[in-house]
Amino acid sequence: MTIENGMTTGTAGVNHAPLLIRGGRPYGEEVQDILLADGRIEAVGTDLEAPDGVEIIEAEGCIVLPGLVDLHTHLREPGGEEAETVESGTRAAARGGFTAVHAMANTTPVADTAGVVEQVARRGDSAGWCAVRPVGAVTVGLAGERLAELDAMANSRAKVRVFSDDGKCVDDPVLMRRALEYVKSFDGVIAQHAQDPRLTEGAQMHEGVVSAELGLTGWPAVAEESIIARDVLLAQHVGSRLHVCHLSTAGSVDIIRWAKQRGIAVTAEVTPHHLLLTDENVRQFDAVFKVNPPLRTAADVDAVREGLADGTIDIVATDHAPHPRDAKDREWDQAAMGMTGLETALSLVQLTMVDEGRLSWRDVARVLSEKPAEIGRDEDQGRPLEPGSPAHLLVWDPHPVRVADPAEHASLSRNSPFAGLELPGSNRLTVLGGRPTVREGQVVER
Amino acid sequence: MRHFISIADLTREDALAVLATAEHMAQTQSRSIRKLPTLVGTTVVNLFFEDSTRTRISFEAAAKRLSADVINFSAKGSSISKGESLKDTALTLQAMGADAVVVRSSSSGAAHLLAHSGWIDQPIVNAGDGAHEHPTQAMLDAFTMRRHLRPGDPTADLAGLHVVIVGDVLHSRVARSNVLLLSLLGARVTLVAPPALVPVGATAWPCEISYDLDAALATGPDAVMMLRVQSERMVGGGFFPTAGEYSRRYGLTTARAATLPEHAIVLHPGPMNRGFEIAGAVADSPRSVIVEQVASGVFVRMAVLYHLLATDAWEAPRDH
Repeated sequence: MTIENGMTTGTAGVNHAPLLIRGGRPYGEEVQDILLADGRIEAVGTDLEAPDGVEIIEAEGCIVLPGLVDLHTHLREPGGEEAETVESGTRAAARGGFTAVHAMANTTPVADTAGVVEQVARRGDSAGWCAVRPVGAVTVGLAGERLAELDAMANSRAKVRVFSDDGKCVDDPVLMRRALEYVKSFDGVIAQHAQDPRLTEGAQMHEGVVSAELGLTGWPAVAEESIIARDVLLAQHVGSRLHVCHLSTAGSVDIIRWAKQRGIAVTAEVTPHHLLLTDENVRQFDAVFKVNPPLRTAADVDAVREGLADGTIDIVATDHAPHPRDAKDREWDQAAMGMTGLETALSLVQLTMVDEGRLSWRDVARVLSEKPAEIGRDEDQGRPLEPGSPAHLLVWDPHPVRVADPAEHASLSRNSPFAGLELPGSNRLTVLGGRPTVREGQVVER
Repeated sequence: MRHFISIADLTREDALAVLATAEHMAQTQSRSIRKLPTLVGTTVVNLFFEDSTRTRISFEAAAKRLSADVINFSAKGSSISKGESLKDTALTLQAMGADAVVVRSSSSGAAHLLAHSGWIDQPIVNAGDGAHEHPTQAMLDAFTMRRHLRPGDPTADLAGLHVVIVGDVLHSRVARSNVLLLSLLGARVTLVAPPALVPVGATAWPCEISYDLDAALATGPDAVMMLRVQSERMVGGGFFPTAGEYSRRYGLTTARAATLPEHAIVLHPGPMNRGFEIAGAVADSPRSVIVEQVASGVFVRMAVLYHLLATDAWEAPRDH
């Protein structure tokens, strides 16, 4: 099967037997059967007839969604294979219901050349668990000094459209302006990790009541909000697309809302963990809760849920950040930042948004599939569940409630902050280009 | 009481019990033979990831006067300076058979982590973790205040007293532990600092906050505790323009000390920057109890070790 970027997702698709997904509810709406054949959706309708040789999946009571697309994944390869590889990370993605991930650039070496992004894309291709779209670094070595060869990455076989120094902020305003201008020529987008470095020197957690008590250096909300405010004005000034990574504060939601009212081409993401966890989780000094941007207050959690519900925040992205155990089994201020998220993302969105009546399943398809695909220019992903679309989808049973256990995860790392929590929903089937990659929560070995 | 990590873990009764034991320990220390057999056969490890001569010596003296064996494990010249992690160090100490670990670290939460990580089973005593807490320091401060301000009443709490704590609150574990303990014991606490050295979020603490030292002193406090300005922790800089300006606004000068009520005492956790946050003449004046704090420290730490390690912990200590 061929995907939009000209590379192939391995042997996926065309050779697999046709699949009839029977009795599920696409987008959580009317019951419709879906017939998949030759890597595409062949038919959608009630009481579809089962052709010869078809495999039937009974999906009664389940939701059918277009395959999820993560705009913010750390696959760690090359250089961080102790934490994750393209193989393990994309298996984790498939388990989470994803059919595409955007692999962040902060690898070793940094994905700042055509060579590295092509290598990552090729790895994703041969792994075959989901499409891997590399994100290119904005600046050489993420050093924030000079632009990387963005055009070379855009025109490579990996066809990079999203550029980010994620993990670091492009804080130099001139460099940010130039990057925003530069990517216009190939319809790229700058995904900014909004963090004023001077305001966050040595920062360990959200600056507020809990940091005061624990004596940990604060990461003030203003360090995020001031960069976002500057960037939306820059994007407006030069007429470029801006994407804000992992927005985490109530003030950031206000700024994005204001920018969108002014017609500025900005999109924003929130992570599953910022939809649920707060700085109160830091009190036990367990570094599994250490993340950047940090867990904020309950009022911020309310604000990002509200922003996601009203469309101010466009998408949910995982910021899946695997770390080996030794990087977390440490004093808080010496531990690594980041948490895994691919395998729990949809459960978290169900828990915090759907079950709370804030998003419909149709909205979930928008924030976890259609819109991230659009921002990342993945033309093959996030397509409507209708005849002719590529057969990327998942079947989700929203009813089971299970205690999250990172030991069951396909990710090589175990740093899930949701361990021990009761999470709703379970993934019955992920289909990539017509081929099941996951059945009943288990990766289908090839 | 399994560990001694944070004042926030204590009830008022817990705190008073430790102070009562400390009072008892103090009495034993005026005898000609000061060594008690209480902890014979136990081993206390002083695990100091951060330089601290006075706290380490104080814990060492406390353990030795209770007849415990003491092993000092300091960062310099040890496996820690070769990059060994807290986890591996803890596993090593566990395997060696330590009975209690006294830990000092520049990382907030290090003592909590040792106590709850499962790496080591033994009681943990927090000898200062980052800017979080220094609970034995607060106990010794409360002990010293009670002796001076509630003389002859070794069971009293600190109700009715007003304590002013001045200086670098932001970086101070001493201030955090003292705010919690003094308020727990009924005292009124006022923190005085330049605004940049008051943590954002400190408004939730059980104390008042002022930016005006002269106004705070004019209320006639019973005790004034000066904090060390921790220049070495001032990441990002610019907390105040110059040492001179800080001293003028927030230093306990001779003139300011002269405005205090007759009975008021002056404390400092040490080490002092004489002439910066406190004038040398004030530190050496009769109202200064700074040297006495050091002695109190040994009594309080004996009491804490007693409560954690003695088999009859939480009952009145026997007269040995």
